[in-house]
Amino acid sequence: MKKVKAAIIGSGNIGTDLLFKARRSEWIDPVWVVGIDAASDGLARARQLGVKVTHEGVDGLLPHVDGDEVRIAFDATSAYVHRENARKLQERGVRMIDLTPAAIGPYCIPPVNLQAHYDSQEMNLNMVSCGGQATVPMVYAVSRVQPVEYGEIVATVSSRSVGPGTRKNIDEFTRTTAAAVEKVGGAARGKAIIIINPAEPPLIMRDTIHCRTVDAPRQAAIEESVRQMIKEVQRYVPGYTLKNGPVFDGRRVTTFVEVEGLGDYLPKYAGTLDIMTAAALRTAEMFAERMVKEGRS
Amino acid sequence: MSALTGRRVVLHDMTLRDGMHPKRHQMTLEQMISVATGLDDAGVPLIEVTHGDGMGGASVNYGFPLHTDEEYLRAVVPRLKRSKVSALLLPGIGTVDDLALAVDCGVTTIRVATHCTEADVSEQHLVAARKRGLDTVGFLMMAHMTPPEALAAQGKLMESYGANCVYVTDSAGYMLPDDVTARIDALRAALRPETEIGFHGHHNLSMGVANTLAAIERGASRVDASAAGLGAGAGNTPLEVLVAVLSRMGALHGVDLYKVMDVAEDLVVPMMDHPVRIDRDALVLGYAGVYSSFLLFAKRAGERYGVSSRDILVEMGRRKTVGGQEDMIEDAALDLARRARGE
Repeated sequence: MKKVKAAIIGSGNIGTDLLFKARRSEWIDPVWVVGIDAASDGLARARQLGVKVTHEGVDGLLPHVDGDEVRIAFDATSAYVHRENARKLQERGVRMIDLTPAAIGPYCIPPVNLQAHYDSQEMNLNMVSCGGQATVPMVYAVSRVQPVEYGEIVATVSSRSVGPGTRKNIDEFTRTTAAAVEKVGGAARGKAIIIINPAEPPLIMRDTIHCRTVDAPRQAAIEESVRQMIKEVQRYVPGYTLKNGPVFDGRRVTTFVEVEGLGDYLPKYAGTLDIMTAAALRTAEMFAERMVKEGRS
Repeated sequence: MSALTGRRVVLHDMTLRDGMHPKRHQMTLEQMISVATGLDDAGVPLIEVTHGDGMGGASVNYGFPLHTDEEYLRAVVPRLKRSKVSALLLPGIGTVDDLALAVDCGVTTIRVATHCTEADVSEQHLVAARKRGLDTVGFLMMAHMTPPEALAAQGKLMESYGANCVYVTDSAGYMLPDDVTARIDALRAALRPETEIGFHGHHNLSMGVANTLAAIERGASRVDASAAGLGAGAGNTPLEVLVAVLSRMGALHGVDLYKVMDVAEDLVVPMMDHPVRIDRDALVLGYAGVYSSFLLFAKRAGERYGVSSRDILVEMGRRKTVGGQEDMIEDAALDLARRARGE
């Protein structure tokens, strides 16, 4: 079957890991990688894999969008650059999957709201943050059973998996993730905490998700909901596992998860980045599947 | 004559911030005000006031305080005649918005705390503090976990973002005086001469005063202490003891010994929920190098899951946890309980 052609903008860790994953996809064919540094490792790898590359940013891609039938673009640059990229590509009908904190479009956490975005045919979806992808499904697993007045997530990531962009603007992580805990997770109020741990060998991403329910938690229903949600996430991140919980302590419901990456381009401990790229790809695939079936690719 | 004769040192009180840990962040506004005004009257130049885990620390993970940071600050700051107030901020927990709030409440010193190897997450907050003309302090926590030269490189980063003072923070109360000396020396060699160096101690191995003296001797000009030692773990360097020792050594600190003794004895000791002392769990923190704030969390998780709190703390050390990983205490307790059941 014909695949939908896609471009990956950004040739850093995220873009390169995404390229590795997308090459295995049934629905997506990554045909372009866009960088800004001709000598970058990411562009060299893409070239070796037979993918077209440009080091002139998105402007280097624009003349080829129609000829190469690029219908979907993943943006793994920065919030600032994404705004421009989105403007230029969306007017050519390219659907944007935004892995930056720009969040022009609505937040997308695949097991929670991908279907809704799919139904409304959103042209620009934002993938929140690594912590958001790892934790919001668990908040939702509780809030779909009963109202949650407060959701709080603690994401612990290895020092090696946190790049300079995140470090320079760590507030963006806490704000964006807290907002997604509310808007997508369904908690009336959200808080996010990130801890960076430098241990060697690097630790695998750990996330703790605390919810406070309005009424006494319905334990059996929450346990079942959490189990189902873990399975949902495992469909695209096989290394997503429940380590402990759900713990019930009064109205507090706490789950402890671990996120091990696939080890495609990034090492396994970087499940923190892996869950972003896997969620982005899953999002793109859902749209691609429809495009293929409707013969619009 | 002693090595410290004539040396000027700024004492920074921790009773109302680190002291929030043993109080489970439940201090009343009246307690805060009485201690703060007592310290002000005693001539303590700088007093820290916030949730134990800094601005924005209110959470399931670290505990919800009796009052918000804003309520505490607005209650305390206007009542002080001479003392200035500082606020602590841990990037990843609090944000620049919290910093702005602290300034609005009259805070003049901002201390931005990171794990000792992760100084680059403090850039946003240190730059913001510097821009506002605040006394801007970088706080390198769990400083025993990285060698002196590496610590100095992290301190240089903080200095480059705008810190006019960089702290060696012995969050686990693990260091011995030689460890302190080596780290202060490395920082002194790396930083600009006008950049101050500070030391924050915990008393888990009874080294609070000794370590602080070692730090001052090698060039630290700001040191943290807490009335009656009220602080996480076995507490901080006891302020009244430090004042007595510094006085005998001829250091210039400007604090009235009897008055801080009275604050400790008459105000702080009566408000302790439990004696802040080196019990076996606190000793394990110091011995194994574990974050002092984990103490009460481990005791509670130990009781709840029927495992030894000491085993939990040792497990936290084995997992190489850093400050802020309180969530892993319950996780570790659950794992230990399962192991004990033979599962």
